[in-house]
Parts: sequence; structure tokens; C-alpha cells
Amino acid sequence: MIKLFSLKQQKKDGESSPKANNQKKASAAQLRITKDINELNLPKTCNTEFPDPDDLLTFKLIICPDEGFYRTGRFVFSFKVGPNYPHEPPKVKCETQVYHPNIDQQGNVCLNILREDWKPVLTINSIVYGLQYLFLEPNPEDPLNKEAAEVLTTNRRLFEQNVQKAMRGGYVGGTYFDRCLK
Amino acid sequence: MSENQEVSQNRWGHLRKVLERPGPFSHPEFEPSSDILDFIMSTCKVLVIGAGGLGCELIKDLALMGFKQLHVIDMDIIELSNLNRQFLFRHKDIGLSKAEVAAAFINKKVKGCQVTPHYCKIQDYDETFYKQFHIVVCGLDSIVARRWINGMLISLLNYEDNALDQTSIIPMIDGGTEGFKGHARVILPGISACIDCTLDLYPPQVTYPLCTIANTPRLPEHCIEYVKIIQWPKENPWGIAIDGDDPQHITWIYEKSLERALQFNITGVTYRLVQGVVKNIIPAVASTNAVIAAVCATEVFKLATSCCVPLNNYLVFNDVDGIYTYTFESEKKDNCLACSLIPQNLPVEDPSKMKLKDLIELFCESTSYQMKSPGLTTYINGKNKTLYISTIKSIEERTRENLTKSLIELGLQNGSEILVTDLTSPNTLTVRLKFVNNHIET
Repeated sequence: MIKLFSLKQQKKDGESSPKANNQKKASAAQLRITKDINELNLPKTCNTEFPDPDDLLTFKLIICPDEGFYRTGRFVFSFKVGPNYPHEPPKVKCETQVYHPNIDQQGNVCLNILREDWKPVLTINSIVYGLQYLFLEPNPEDPLNKEAAEVLTTNRRLFEQNVQKAMRGGYVGGTYFDRCLK
Repeated sequence: MSENQEVSQNRWGHLRKVLERPGPFSHPEFEPSSDILDFIMSTCKVLVIGAGGLGCELIKDLALMGFKQLHVIDMDIIELSNLNRQFLFRHKDIGLSKAEVAAAFINKKVKGCQVTPHYCKIQDYDETFYKQFHIVVCGLDSIVARRWINGMLISLLNYEDNALDQTSIIPMIDGGTEGFKGHARVILPGISACIDCTLDLYPPQVTYPLCTIANTPRLPEHCIEYVKIIQWPKENPWGIAIDGDDPQHITWIYEKSLERALQFNITGVTYRLVQGVVKNIIPAVASTNAVIAAVCATEVFKLATSCCVPLNNYLVFNDVDGIYTYTFESEKKDNCLACSLIPQNLPVEDPSKMKLKDLIELFCESTSYQMKSPGLTTYINGKNKTLYISTIKSIEERTRENLTKSLIELGLQNGSEILVTDLTSPNTLTVRLKFVNNHIET
């Protein structure tokens, strides 16, 4: 049996005055993200940018696909890791305007592991690969940008042209896209 | 025997039957004694975290069990919708602190009981506060808060030569309910599974695929989520984030959701549902709270008195359809980032001479570490600090200058902990600096 305390033992009296930020230890989310970041194994098409090296919870991922519809493009994603990581996934937004069936004009990304299929065993690396895959295989089945998805299923050549047009900067349909070539 | 004593002996007669004689269910090593009741009533300090549905039950249960040194901490104020089950509060208390009203109520009703309220976040206090308790019992609804107190209690553990000093353990009893389901668990930090060991066990928040929400909504929830995720950021009617407690916000989302539901022939969008989806409300059931709190209070009693074998270590309860309950032992995770990081002491001869690169060299060349490209972070003044990470280019460039700084120049002190991760190990290593010639005052 574990004897946790003797009956006479008084615990040391604590001071009850609030003292914020006097913590000596990193939070569990912080520990986990530190591990994730250290173990990041990026494909050669991806790069990260940390604006503040002390803040591993906020960073950007830059993807420059070297094949597929989106080769020669450069796409920036912002990552925000919350205090409940890895119970909850990080918030990921696409900062580059892109003509893509699974990314909308507000930068919302439809990737299953970013929402309904997130599991605490997944890591930042899993998301990086997921995002990279979106550029290699845009998925017209579950679109966020319905027009783009329709073009992709009905006319792949036109889709390719539209992607090129958007990446060079210009109008596709009624929407203007900023230039995002590498 | 004075009259007063007699009255009190009568009052606690039921406890004395359990504590002053052995019984068929008592712990094999239990030594009955009248000192135990004394301990509960005059020495044992219990912290109740949360004064909500579970908290009200817990404080009441513990107070009536003879615990007199109770503390309760809660950052919330009382709302109308709490009153059906949080029975320490009345209509006149709406808007007041839950912790303060609950403490005052118990202090008035239970003779001799001293509940000390703390109207603040658990994060507002540091280890000097948490160290004073014998046992912590939680009635929380948030995983973040559970992980925080879990981490705090683990940080209070004392290791000597890698052996855990058992007197530094503060047991944590965690209760939780969701509708007709609930759980209670006993956590002995450093010994049994902690909150982070079993993080995968918590049900994920209900989410819907973004594309379904955007294109093929079928449920009223899909319409509400659409307005919440897509329409609000786009139109941002008040230029701020959604406040689930602002009726104007809820009304706006309700109206837009109705429009969208109409468009897709979906029925069932109501104001209450909108409120529920936006605030993630799960209906609370008073009887579930009562059961789970009773289990938790019993565990506090068992741990405080050692009279019975404590729960080992996880109980689930479900009364959706009849009653189902089951206990099992959740296992400690070997590489748990919260509780497996036992700090290893690292003696440092001269911290004003030793540079960061010397430390890294030590991790790479010493036979006991043999690392390849360790990443080092630490925690200084309540803030994370990256000392050096070579594997990320943008971080490497900005932390390179740290390599030639001495440990003192980097702000490290005697006792500072450095987290070291390396591809040679799936575990994170925690190193605690021990300045050998500690004549340098920091």
C-alpha cells in the first residue's frame, strides 16, 4: 500500500496570493508541439517559417509543388496550435488565393484530418503531407469551390488552364487571383 | 466527556464505525484508530476544482463527510440556467461568483466546515498554492483545464536518484459527466495513468466535414456550422469573433441559419439548437452529477483515511438505458509527455563559462546520450524559449547566436530545466541543471 501522507503531517502552508506566469514548466500542448517540430521531416517541396523562434505555436508552411496542376506555384498556409493540442487539431488556413476545388476564397481548407478525422496520434507532419497531397490530387468529390470542382470533372484541360491563369495572376470566372508563381 | 464532544461523536458516529474498527471490506493493512477522524477534520486539506454541477455536489458531499478544510476554485459566475442542478445557488445569486456563493452556503449550513473560495482561474495560482493540499478533486468540463492541473501536480513530484518521493504525490480525483454518461478516475501522479497518458480516450468534439457544410448540408447543425465557420468570418457583422453569450450574435446566426435551411429544405433549426451548437452545450443531468460526485467523494475519503482500497483506477457510468457501470485500470504511457519526463540532473561546473554549444556537444558525444542533432528548449519567466533547433532552417538561423552564449547569458539558472528532443529517441529528455559551485547568485 502506498502511504501518501502521515496523519499528523501538515502540508506546507501555501501562499494564496495570485501569482500569474510564475509557472516553471511548459504546458502539455507546448511539450507536444516542441516534439512535433523537432521531428518535422519535410518533403523537399515544403518549408516552414517561424516568425518568432520562441513561439512554436504559430508558424507558416510554404508548399511549392514540383508536379501536378500546381507545379511552379507557391502556396502559404498559416498554422495556429491551440492549448488543447493534440486533442484538437491546429487551425490551418491557406493565405494564398488559389483556384482549387478543396480550398475556398477565405482560405478554408477541406482536408479530413483538419476536422472530422483528426486524432491525437497525428502530428504536424501528417498535416503537411495531407496538404501536399491536396495539390497533387485535388479532390472534386467533396468540393469547397464548386465551380473549380465541376471544371475538373468535366474538362481537365480547361481546369489546368484555369489553374495556370490563376497562378499567373488574373481572373478565372468572376474571381480575381493574385499571382503566386515561385 | 463534555457535552460538546458527545454531540460531535454522535454526529460522526457513522464515520467512526468505519474508521475505528476493521471491517470485511477494509484495506488489509488498515489500522483502525481515532486519529484518522481527527486527520480528516483538522489536518486534511482538499481542493475542489470547479463549483458547477459536479462541484456543488462534491463540496456538499465532502463537507457532510467530515472534511473541514475545503478550498474551492472556479472562475465562473452563476447563470440562470445553472439553478436547476447547482443547488447551492439561488435566483438572487445570479451574476455572483460560484466559488464564493458555494463556500458561503456550506459554511452557513454545515457546522464547523470552513470552505475557502477562490474566484479565479486555476492558472492564476502557482505551485506554492497547489502544494498545500493533500488531495485535489476535479469537477471540470474542459480538457485544457484537466491537462493544466495534471501538469501542475506532476511538476510538484520530487525525484531523488530517479526514485519518486511518495510524500510529494498529491492524488487527483477526476470526475466528468456528459448527459447520462460519466466517469470517475483516481490519478496518482507519477504512479498511475495521468490525463495525458489517456488523451486519446476523450471523445473528439463533434465536427462535420467542411465540404458537407458548404455544399451538401443535410442536418440543421450543418446549416448552423456553415454560418458559424463560413458566413460569420466573411460578413463579420460586428467586426469581432462570435460571442456565444451575446444574444445579438446568436440571433444573427439563427436568422442566417434559417435562411440556409430553407434553401436546402432542412427543418429543425431553432434558437436553442443554435445556442447549443455555437456554445457546444451538452445537456447536463443532475442525477449523473450526483452519482459521479458521490463516487469521487468516496475516493477522496478512501485516500485520506486508507480505510479501503482505492478505485483502480477508472470507472465509467452510463444510465441512458438502465444502469451500466464498469471499472478498469487505464495504463500509464511509457512515453507520456506529461508524466514520463523525469528530470535528470546535469552537473555544470562553471555556468558562466559553459556555452550552449558545449552543452550540445556533451549530448552528442557523451556515451550516455549519443544524440545526433538535439533540439533544446526551456521555460524562462513563464515563457517558452527556444535555445537551439538545428532541423528547422528559420529557427536555426535565429537561434544560432545562442550557441556562443554561456548558460548564464542565456538566462538559465541553477535548477532550470531544459527539454531535449532528438531523432535518436521517441522520448523527450528533461535535464535539470545543477550548478556545482553555486556561488553565483542569480
